[in-house]
Amino acid sequence: MKKEKTPLMRRSGFQTLLASLACILIGLLIGYIALLIINPAGANEAISTILKNFLTYSKPKTQLKYLGNTLVKTAPLLMCSLSVLFAYKAGLFNIGAAGQYVVGAGASLYLALGLGMPWYVCLIAAIAAGALLGAIPGLLKAYRNVNEVISCIMLNWISLYSVNILLNKVKEPTSPYTYVLSNTNSDAIIPSLGLSKLFSKNQYVTIAIPMAVLVAVLIWVILEKTKLGYELKATGFNKNAAKYCGMKEKKNLVLTMSISGALAGMGAGMFFLTGFEQWSCTQSAVPAMGFNGIAAAFLGGLNPIGVIFSSYFIQHITNGGAYVDKTMYSAQISDFVSAIIIYLCGFVFFFKYAYSNWLSRKDEKKNANASDSQEGGDAE
Amino acid sequence: MEQPYAIEMLNITKRFPGIVANDNITLQLKKGEIHALLGENGAGKSTLMSVLFGLYRPEEGVIKKDGQIVEIKDPNDANALGIGMVHQHFKLVECFSVLDNIIMGMEPCKHGFLQKAEAREKVMALSDKYGLSVDPDALVEDITVGMQQRTEILKMLYRENEILIFDEPTAVLTPQEIDELMQIMRGLAAEGKSILFISHKLNEIMSVADRCSVLRKGKYIGTVNIADTSREELSRMMVGRDVEFKVRKADAKPADTILKVENLTVASKVHSNNAVKGVSFEARAGEIVCIAGIDGNGQTELVYGITGLEPVKSGKVTLCGKDITSAPIRQRSIMGMSHIPEDRHKHGMVLDYSLEYNLVLQRYFEPEFVNKAGFLKRSAIRAYAERLIKQFDVRSGQGPVTTARSMSGGNQQKAIVAREMDKETKLLIAVQPTRGLDIGAIEYIHKQIVAQRDAGKAVLLVSLELDEVMALADRILVMYEGEIVGELDPKTTSVEELGLYMAGAKREEAK
Repeated sequence: MKKEKTPLMRRSGFQTLLASLACILIGLLIGYIALLIINPAGANEAISTILKNFLTYSKPKTQLKYLGNTLVKTAPLLMCSLSVLFAYKAGLFNIGAAGQYVVGAGASLYLALGLGMPWYVCLIAAIAAGALLGAIPGLLKAYRNVNEVISCIMLNWISLYSVNILLNKVKEPTSPYTYVLSNTNSDAIIPSLGLSKLFSKNQYVTIAIPMAVLVAVLIWVILEKTKLGYELKATGFNKNAAKYCGMKEKKNLVLTMSISGALAGMGAGMFFLTGFEQWSCTQSAVPAMGFNGIAAAFLGGLNPIGVIFSSYFIQHITNGGAYVDKTMYSAQISDFVSAIIIYLCGFVFFFKYAYSNWLSRKDEKKNANASDSQEGGDAE
Repeated sequence: MEQPYAIEMLNITKRFPGIVANDNITLQLKKGEIHALLGENGAGKSTLMSVLFGLYRPEEGVIKKDGQIVEIKDPNDANALGIGMVHQHFKLVECFSVLDNIIMGMEPCKHGFLQKAEAREKVMALSDKYGLSVDPDALVEDITVGMQQRTEILKMLYRENEILIFDEPTAVLTPQEIDELMQIMRGLAAEGKSILFISHKLNEIMSVADRCSVLRKGKYIGTVNIADTSREELSRMMVGRDVEFKVRKADAKPADTILKVENLTVASKVHSNNAVKGVSFEARAGEIVCIAGIDGNGQTELVYGITGLEPVKSGKVTLCGKDITSAPIRQRSIMGMSHIPEDRHKHGMVLDYSLEYNLVLQRYFEPEFVNKAGFLKRSAIRAYAERLIKQFDVRSGQGPVTTARSMSGGNQQKAIVAREMDKETKLLIAVQPTRGLDIGAIEYIHKQIVAQRDAGKAVLLVSLELDEVMALADRILVMYEGEIVGELDPKTTSVEELGLYMAGAKREEAK
């Protein structure tokens, strides 16, 4: 048996990376074309603004501060994409990450603003709320064979309005927003431990950011190195085989959805406990964070380490969109362009497949030619 | 001069990524002959047929019909040239009548209305002419497999196909039905139809074919006249070496009862009536008990009931004296039940896992492979996999880290056999353990099963292959419509008698 190293071009990881980059490029191109159609004069500037994000500021100090802002929002996105990825590995499509994120926000904010709890209690409450909400579609799927996509979508809306009702109790009397965290209960703010100083005193930069990265590594370890990961992935790849070899597939299903929900809930805690944003109790759309998590998970090649980078990228362009010249384009343009790019991110596996096929065909042709010429040589 | 060949495939080469599926293959089918196409799984038979039907375009080679080069771009072209095929798994609409199935796609119409009377006349004329008795008004779901096959044949004749391809047509038939089919095929050939008979069953080829072309590993080995050849020569051409047909085994020495099944009833997933109806039997240590029967007579559900893949409706299953009727699957496995499942892709393997991960599928939770914190012991798994791969000669591209999906069917099956046999077991349940395997692999797995018996394990073998049943079994139980209709001794029974039980024509009333 020969032990050859797989060439770089053939490695699955490398192919995923290439495919992800292709998606990003095509997404940007289509976004650019859309900008050209809407208003040709500003397209060049707009697309470069989106890509530059915080780099549009000239001073390095300001740049750092706004990089911090992007990172603050990357942490929850990373958590949501981990949530989607983790369920996906076990064969489940957790479109409910959005709802789990919402209840995570509701639980952490209510405990912080209403009950005056310290940040770690609030964070644990966010995790627990997400896990509980995740367990519901898990239980329904395991014992009643209810499609998790449908039950998740419905729960997303139930969560949104329940949380709106709950947080109404801790909202400012004159606006739909919840109390400002730093004024009401500064203990509930996740500590920064000096991190904010690195980002030009951006007070929202907290240990939530490295914590999210740590969780990503932890998820990678669970999936790749442990018995639990072995079982979950086996169930995801082939649930019949998992049953055949005696894995408790129902228990694993519920467990997977709970962990998945916990991750999304934790993401919400990590974001709202920085005080970066207040919850608007009149919002009637489920926050996009959970849905963007799906795109980030696929763009990251469904790899826990890969999604660290894909989450950052998606947040980068989403934030960058905010700087687009509003005199030339309507206010929705940033969301529009980033939505196009995010949409294209879903095509990663399509591109990977196409690339891998193309490579095989090329090899085959080469081999065929090589063997032909070899035969010719023998004949001489 | 009359062109002697109805269809010719000359120097066909078809490549797929990584393999040459057809390497310069020539197949010439004479008018009015029965031509067998012999080859092991993966020899390239299906690829060649797909080329003939226009599903694949060959890189090299031409196809000639009556001496003229033709281009076949899709199955419609093939149909227009008069090429028809009876697939191994019939392509019939279950809830349509036989007549409707035959005319489907070629319905005679006038002003948009069906002219069924006309069609019926034509079909009945064909049915009489070729001795293909069918009930045109019966629903396909109600008729026997044999009649379904005759319906498929009538479908080809109705389309006035001249070249008839039978893809492993005998796999689902009883011995009696096989004889009938052979008669029909001879009749068709006598009427001037050209028949291509794809098979790897040498007996059938010897009895019905005029000539035989052999493929091996994508290559064309040769074409022989059946009159001038022998079973041994054909098998040598197919496998590339001499093959031992008989399984050598000593007499069984049955000891303690290992598995006891009492009055087991299992519901069916597809029908309202039960699939297994009050079945009772035992399997003792040191014997091979074989469940014979035609596909779909409750064997699958019986195994599901015993292994716990499906809940049982009533009855009792006892393993080594302990009631396991409702025990979890894992517990049965730990108590000493091994199971080589019927469908290796559905149950037997996680195809996207590596070979080594598949080899520990039944043992990954043991302290040998996982530590107390729940981390897998990768080096222990690797070492274990390497041992099994060596011991059972499982071949793969990259050894333990090969993705199971990329392995050949035979080696996937070997991996499952290795995993299930290496376990500490008392009972081995093997369901069609050699399905779709080539002769070499079958020989190997048969030897392993006998070795398991000789090591004092009880073996419950479920098989649809009569040769396998006769070769391996120490006792034969025949299942028909969910019941055990007879217990036979392979030493005193014959294939014909077995066939009568399998078809439900004979049963032991005392049971």
